[in-house]
Amino acid sequence: MDINQYKDIYVFAEQREGKIQSVVFELVSKSRELADTLGQNVVAILLGHNIEPKAAELIGYGADKVLCVDDEDLANYTTEPYTQAITAIIENYKPSVLMLGATTIGRDLGPRLSARNTTGLTADCTKLEISEAGHLLMTRPAFGGNLMATIACKEHRPQMSTVRPGVMPKNVCDLTRKGEVEIVEIEFDRAKFTVKILETVTEAKRGLDITEAKILVSGGRGVGNPDGLKALSFLAEVLNAEVSASRAITDSGVLPHDKQVGQTGKTVRPDLYIASGISGAIQHLAGMEDSEYIIAINRDKTAPIFSVADLGIVGDATAIMKRLAERLKSEMK
Amino acid sequence: MKIVVCIKQVPDTNEIKLNPETGTLIRDGVPSIINPDDKGGLEMALELKDKFGAEVTVITMGPPQADKALREAIAMGADRAILLTDRKFAGADTLATSNALAGALKSLEYDLIITGRQAIDGDTAQVGPQIAELLSLPQISYVESIEVEANSYRIKRAIEDGYQIVSAPKPSLVTVLSSANKARYMNVSGIVDAYSKEVEIWSVGDIVVDETTLGLNGSPTRVVKSFTKGLKSAGEMYETDTEEVVGIIISKLKEKFII
Repeated sequence: MDINQYKDIYVFAEQREGKIQSVVFELVSKSRELADTLGQNVVAILLGHNIEPKAAELIGYGADKVLCVDDEDLANYTTEPYTQAITAIIENYKPSVLMLGATTIGRDLGPRLSARNTTGLTADCTKLEISEAGHLLMTRPAFGGNLMATIACKEHRPQMSTVRPGVMPKNVCDLTRKGEVEIVEIEFDRAKFTVKILETVTEAKRGLDITEAKILVSGGRGVGNPDGLKALSFLAEVLNAEVSASRAITDSGVLPHDKQVGQTGKTVRPDLYIASGISGAIQHLAGMEDSEYIIAINRDKTAPIFSVADLGIVGDATAIMKRLAERLKSEMK
Repeated sequence: MKIVVCIKQVPDTNEIKLNPETGTLIRDGVPSIINPDDKGGLEMALELKDKFGAEVTVITMGPPQADKALREAIAMGADRAILLTDRKFAGADTLATSNALAGALKSLEYDLIITGRQAIDGDTAQVGPQIAELLSLPQISYVESIEVEANSYRIKRAIEDGYQIVSAPKPSLVTVLSSANKARYMNVSGIVDAYSKEVEIWSVGDIVVDETTLGLNGSPTRVVKSFTKGLKSAGEMYETDTEEVVGIIISKLKEKFII
C-alpha cells in the first residue's frame, strides 16, 4: 500500500431519520483542526435518502466537501449497504483518516469497514493528534480505564477511529461557510442486503440522557436499597438533576443500563457530580473524573472515589443526601 | 442446530486499583473471569439448546491458562471446547485476533455464531463484526434476544433510545449484551464434565489462515505508548455529623454558583 496516495480527513456523517447526530459535528470540528495542521481537507460522507439538503450543516461546522450518496436502501442504517457505500468511497477517494461516532451505529459499521478494507480501527478515542511524520495518534482508555494507550496505524489507510459523543468540543455552525457537495453514485450488490429491519421502537425517555445533564446525582452499591434510592431521586428532584449510577446498580437491574457511568457505560462531564455510596472502581472513575465539580459521599474513607473528589464527605450517604435535599428544598422556597 | 460461542478470559477490571503512591496499576491478585458480555452470549446459546436442542461449542483464543474459562463454560452446559493458543497469536490487535478466530471458525460447522458485544479489558466491540466480515456473514450487534424461525432469526437489538426487531438469515453472527439474560451457575454434572471432558488445543497449523495476518506482525494498529492518568490532587475531606456536612456541601454549592 502506498500511503502517500491517501489524503484528507473523512467523517462519517451519521444521520437518524434525516437528522445528523451531534457527535458528527463534534468530529467535523476536530477534523477541521487536524486538517489545518496537515494542510488538507475535511470531507463528510453523508448516506441516506433525500438527505442532500443536510450537507449545508456539515459545511457550516467545518467540512470542505460533502460526498452524498442517495439511495432508498440507505434511508435507515443497516450494516451491509453502508459498508458497501463507504468501501466504494475508500477505494475511489483514498482517505487518509476516517472518523465515526462511537454510537451503536458507528461501533457496528467501523469494525466491519476495517476488516473489509484491511486497516486498523481504534475505538473510543479521547484524544486525536497528528504526529511529526503526519500520522494520526489516537489515545484511548484501556483496561477498564486503568491505562491510557496511544495508538497509531502507520502502514495502512485509512487510519480509522471512533470517538464517543460528548468528548470533542463542537465549533459554532457558520451557515455562510462555502463548501462543495458532490453526489456519488454507487453500484450496490443488493443480493447481500439480507438483514431487514422489521420494527424500530423508541422507548419513552426516562429523563434526559445523562451525558447531557448539568447535574448528576449518582448512586452506587452503598445506596442500592429502597431508602438509598429514594434519597437519591429526592435529591435529584430538588437539584433539578438526573439520576445516574455505577455498574453495581445497573447490573442488578435497579436502574436501566443507559444510566450507567463508566468505561463500560457512558462518559459524563457535568458541572456537578455527586457520587453517593460509590466506592470508585477505576472503570467508574474513567467515566466521570472530568466532571467540573465532584462531591463524593462514602462511609469508607479509603474509597478510591475520594481521590478524584473536590469535596469528600465520610458518612452515611443515604442520611446525608436526604438531609441535604430537605435543607435545599426549604432554602430554595 | 450448531452454535459456536467465542469467549475471552479477562481480568476483572472492577477489581483493579491504582497504587496510591506511584499511580501505577496493581495487577497482582486480580481475578480472571469470563468476559461478562461473552457469558451473556454463552447463556443465550444454552437457552437455545434447552429450547430447541443444539450443539454448543465454545472457543477462546488466549494463553494456556484460558483453559479455566473453557472449563467453566463446559460446567455451565457447553458440549465442546476449543483453546486456540500459539505464540504466533501474541501481540494481536483486534483485526489480527479476528483473523485467527475466523480461521478457526472456518474449520467448524455453525448455524449461528455468538460473541459478546465487547470485552471489559479493551471495550472495543470490534472482534464480533470483524469475524462476521471475514466469514462473509451478516452481523447483528447489541443483541438482547433471539428467536429461531424456519430459515431465519428474529432478533431484538438495543439501540440508544429503544430497540429494533430485525430479521437475519442462517447462518449469522450476533454480538450479545450481558444484560440480555442472567447467566446460569455451573451445575454439578457440568462440573464433573468440566474435568472429564477434553479441551481441544488448536494451534496455527489447525486453522485456515494466512500466517502473515496474525499476531503483532499482522496487526495494523500499534501501541505507541501507554501511561496511567496518574492521580488528581485530592480535594477537601470532612468527617463529622450529618447537619454539619450538609452545611458544608450547601456552602460549597453556593460558592460554585451551582445553586
